[in-house]
Amino acid sequence: MITTQEQSVAKPLIEVKGLKKYFKTPKGMLHAVDNVNFCIRRGTTLGVVGESGCGKTTLGRIILRLLDVTAGEVLFNGENILNYNNKQMHEMRPRMQLIFQDPYSSVDPRKSVEEIISEPLKIYKACKNANEYQEQVNMLMSTVGLAERYAQSYPHELDGGRRQRIGIARALALNPDFLVCDEPVSALDVSIQAQILNLLMDLQQKEGLAYMFITHDLSVVKHISHEIAVMYLGQCIEYSATKELFNSPMHPYTQGLLAAVPIPSLTGKKMSQQLMMGELSSPIEPKPGCRFAPRCPKVRDCCKGQDIPLIEIAEGHFVACTLFS
Amino acid sequence: MSQRLLEIHNLSIEYHAEDAIVYAVNGLDVSLDYGETLGLVGETGAGKTTTALSSMRLLPDGIGKVSSGTILLDGVDVMKCSDAKIREMRGNVVSMISQDPMTSLNPVMTVGDQILEVLRIHNKGLSKAELNLAVDAMMEMVGIPAYRKNEYPHQFSGGMKQRIVIAIALVCEPKLILADEPTTALDVTIQAQMLAMISELKKRLNTAMILITHDLGVVAQTCEKVAVMYAGEIIEQGTAATIFEGRYWHPYTRGLFGAIPKLDEESDRLEAIDGLMPDPTEKMVGCRFAARCKSRGSHCGQAQSMWEVEPGHLIRCCLFDVERGNAQ
Repeated sequence: MITTQEQSVAKPLIEVKGLKKYFKTPKGMLHAVDNVNFCIRRGTTLGVVGESGCGKTTLGRIILRLLDVTAGEVLFNGENILNYNNKQMHEMRPRMQLIFQDPYSSVDPRKSVEEIISEPLKIYKACKNANEYQEQVNMLMSTVGLAERYAQSYPHELDGGRRQRIGIARALALNPDFLVCDEPVSALDVSIQAQILNLLMDLQQKEGLAYMFITHDLSVVKHISHEIAVMYLGQCIEYSATKELFNSPMHPYTQGLLAAVPIPSLTGKKMSQQLMMGELSSPIEPKPGCRFAPRCPKVRDCCKGQDIPLIEIAEGHFVACTLFS
Repeated sequence: MSQRLLEIHNLSIEYHAEDAIVYAVNGLDVSLDYGETLGLVGETGAGKTTTALSSMRLLPDGIGKVSSGTILLDGVDVMKCSDAKIREMRGNVVSMISQDPMTSLNPVMTVGDQILEVLRIHNKGLSKAELNLAVDAMMEMVGIPAYRKNEYPHQFSGGMKQRIVIAIALVCEPKLILADEPTTALDVTIQAQMLAMISELKKRLNTAMILITHDLGVVAQTCEKVAVMYAGEIIEQGTAATIFEGRYWHPYTRGLFGAIPKLDEESDRLEAIDGLMPDPTEKMVGCRFAARCKSRGSHCGQAQSMWEVEPGHLIRCCLFDVERGNAQ
């Protein structure tokens, strides 16, 4: 484990600056990701939370360059990978991988478990001969807790939890430094979800992986993340260390989000106390100003008309809200 | 003693697939009084939805079969009554809110017409104007302005669609709502709005509800009674207070609580339940959870019965066998 002090001096592995992604639609520009900044250090997890449509998945995809950006920089070890050409990008890919949300559709149904896991190894010619491939696959399977007897099985013979393990083994095959986990447990039952979360945390401790963990589930993100970015309609509206965020959420949206989570105990607060009204507004050609303003219980005149910058209100705690500027 | 709203006794359901028989529900007993809310909790494949479907006699024809047991709904034997009778009851006495609002509405019919359809079938005597008034009132009740009734489902967001589905389910003021994961497809803030609305409408119309969910948090916020299902059996049943704040739990229930990351506590590692649910195509005697259970003992291979560990709190586990004197 890396200590906190080492972490603070360590250079960030991933640094994202002014990232924007707009999609063209018949009705105008859809602002999927709008000016997002953050960094992730080696061996730590950044949790990205938000409701559906807030741009979490798009953010993950542009960082991996699976989508082209509209503006901004993605620095990997200090180098802007958005300027890389195809060949450079091909060399870069093994170091950054993706775990998908749906274990049912993200593995090729016509390949056996062994073929799926060895595919990245073969593309990058990572081993010399068939024996070595075999060894490597067996090792990966045991790392993620898949019994060797499944090597020749096909995905449809396995349940969701085991399929997700295949996806994780495939992502780990080339020894990446950085993994984007896009809702890796939301399709799984709680007892299986716990197994996969424990596996991801063990791998991080052993291999020093950095994760960007995208989820809508606040209790999961609290459990796994070191830092959290809360997104709303393409913008990061609060960014802080996990403990700080849960102890003192500042943005009215974060507060509402936390209050909305049903807690499995009777003594916990009843959620009707602080119910957030309304729904997400349209991300197409948003007007300048706070995008949460139409739903915000503390909305004021100054919330509209100008964009609200993300400002540091305590050490490492950033909020974009007029209440604090 | 007055009659209960729903009484399911010794219900077993099989699905006949091409090459195997799936034992989906095995000897299930559950009952519900008028106006009560029961949370039916369990993981995928536990038989929650199958149980709900069977109490409306909606199991898939030719595949799903009730192999034993009785279902009494509002005094009517659902398995034996005529087709006309059960059709009259669906929507009127019992109705269902399904999981996915995106696919449970008819895409080529306006939402107003879809609400009207149910109302018209069950209220033949009402005039068109009266029916329309009732539709408007229902839409306002679920928080959608009535002028939107001429719009089609694709013009609504997911949360709004679920409100329409709820309006359809409630428009005839049924005595029982079967809500099958009504909020699973929705975001948390929308989920909170939806649960608050369901609870409020339930109170106003004095409707009973079976809330099917895998989320213990949702159950804690809305239900008075809880039943935990595992592999086709109810393994624990009690009031919300005994399940969430009691002293005794079935090892599986305990495992479920351990597996959820807590918002209000710090923990380093989740206590995952090892292993997987048993294969439902095998007929089992004895405890179905035994293979994954940390407190497995020598009696787990025998048929398990429900033990009353405290008044109104039943657990199907030999750890609580009172006669053997090893109650905890």
